[in-house]
Amino acid sequence: MKLFLAFVKKEFQHLLRDRRSMMILIGLPVMMMLLFGFALSSEVKNSSIGILDNAKDESSRMLIDRLDHSQYFSVVKFLDREQEIDQTFRRGEVRIVVIFPPNFDHDLRHSNSAQIRFVGDASDPNTSNIVINYASAVVRDFQNELFGTMKMPYQITTETRMLYNPQLKSSYNFVPGVMTLILMLLGAMMTSVSIVKEKEMGTMEILLVSPMKPLLVVLSKAVPYLALCFVDVILILLMAVFILDMPIAGSLPLLLAESLLFILTTLALGLLISANVESQQVAMFISLVGFLMPALVFSGFMFPIENMPKPMQIISNIVPTKWYYSIVRAIMVKGLGFSYVAKQTGILVVMTVIFFVAAIKKFKVRLE
Amino acid sequence: MAETVIHTENLTRKFGNFTAVDAISFEVSKGEIFGFLGANGAGKTTAMRILCGLLAPTSGVAKVAGYDVYTETENIKKHIGYMSQKFSLYNNLTVRENIHFFGGIYGIPKRELKEKSEELISRLGLTQEADKLVGSLPLGWKQKISFSTAILHEPKIVFLDEPTGGVDPITRRQFWDMIYEAAHRGITVFVTTHYMDEAEYCDRVSIMVDGAIAALDTPEELRNQFEAKDMDEVFLRLARGAKRGE
Repeated sequence: MKLFLAFVKKEFQHLLRDRRSMMILIGLPVMMMLLFGFALSSEVKNSSIGILDNAKDESSRMLIDRLDHSQYFSVVKFLDREQEIDQTFRRGEVRIVVIFPPNFDHDLRHSNSAQIRFVGDASDPNTSNIVINYASAVVRDFQNELFGTMKMPYQITTETRMLYNPQLKSSYNFVPGVMTLILMLLGAMMTSVSIVKEKEMGTMEILLVSPMKPLLVVLSKAVPYLALCFVDVILILLMAVFILDMPIAGSLPLLLAESLLFILTTLALGLLISANVESQQVAMFISLVGFLMPALVFSGFMFPIENMPKPMQIISNIVPTKWYYSIVRAIMVKGLGFSYVAKQTGILVVMTVIFFVAAIKKFKVRLE
Repeated sequence: MAETVIHTENLTRKFGNFTAVDAISFEVSKGEIFGFLGANGAGKTTAMRILCGLLAPTSGVAKVAGYDVYTETENIKKHIGYMSQKFSLYNNLTVRENIHFFGGIYGIPKRELKEKSEELISRLGLTQEADKLVGSLPLGWKQKISFSTAILHEPKIVFLDEPTGGVDPITRRQFWDMIYEAAHRGITVFVTTHYMDEAEYCDRVSIMVDGAIAALDTPEELRNQFEAKDMDEVFLRLARGAKRGE
């Protein structure tokens, strides 16, 4: 045990002195949180819209005003002719164009039915969908106000309530996602690289001929990363709560415990990688391409798993990030207790054990 | 006759059909400097790995420091030191940290380790550099520190795998002075090298060809036996007969 501690101390000295690694360990989570939080937001804010107002009457003006004053849109261009629409999109000046027919006001007031056309730029289908939804919502609001003064004979109003995330904040989606990715990346890659580095440097040999048990050597290398990954979790949560105003709905200790479990999973993966490769480049390549890509695709963070073809859905089950991501969302966003994440937790535990056993077996074979 | 610290009899290691080490037998006594020579691929490294307890032999007998290489590798590891041809200190730890770490993994008690490392640092004349990162020191110094840490725990045997690779002649000479001193203190030195002038410094030299020991004697006897003017010639004569390539 004393030996083990001496080892862990040495690993910490190594790591804390290695500026590049520290930059990655601390800088990457901060950078990703800021990027996702502010730059890559999928929320609609100040989307540029163009207006083709063929009516130029009171109602159309009121509606345009409404759109312009909402925080979601700003009217950047007024068009004169239908032909200009195409050009405007090509230049990328606007996200959508709102077209009012002639006699908009008249139709609305006298036939109780007026039409507005939205033209969206579907080269980016997700964003244009969201933008058009927001625009429709603004129009609906406007309509409801009008109905307030003019009673309609029949009316069905739908009332939508978005559970867990009423404001549809994208941070509710990406904070768990960033956490998953960061841990996967750092846990697997940094651990495997640090072990393989010793092999490359020739120091591993010295350690193996020492009385230290080989397994202990390898495990002690993982300890500092366990600690630093945990620091990252706390860092991300602090940023989520204090900078992005995202509350932690569920139990914090449970969330931390689950994170610890997932860190162990990724460390086990890192050990498994390092047991199988001889150079740092290969270790990095495998952890990036072989693990990070599937982690990204199959976690459900960027692409909904339900939309994938059946075989892909089945594959997604063996990707640990999927389970951790769903755990974090359940606890952090929905505020659910342990009983709701017991299944995912169990799966992660089993995976971790399998990875560890495989890694240890592989190490033993190597040393014989 | 001095105490025997390494003893092998028909020691063999096969990898599939390939016999890397073919029935080698030799003995090394306490305090001896034993040169272990051979061309690349002759089986030196494999033999050394077996003696260090890293690799189990296929057949034959081998005892290191009195312990069996089949069953008592843990004990062997406690009683040997090892320094490899590749550089074997941590570049981003300081000299002192390196010494503490390597002393620590051999279980030297803390207080003793502190005394020993301070003593070592002043003996090597590194008082100024003790808190500098090892990476910033010249190679020759690193090798000296590396050797000193390998024998810090007073092992019975120290294995040196091409310890002087890439070092200038003056530093090599100083390095050998350190080896002599260690041998004088009773530490057996088992050294592989490609420099034939270094072979002359050894008490006895074995030359491996194709996995077997082709010659084993004092450098002087070997020169006489092969009617060669130096070890270089002895080595070339033996190695030329090798069937295995690189």
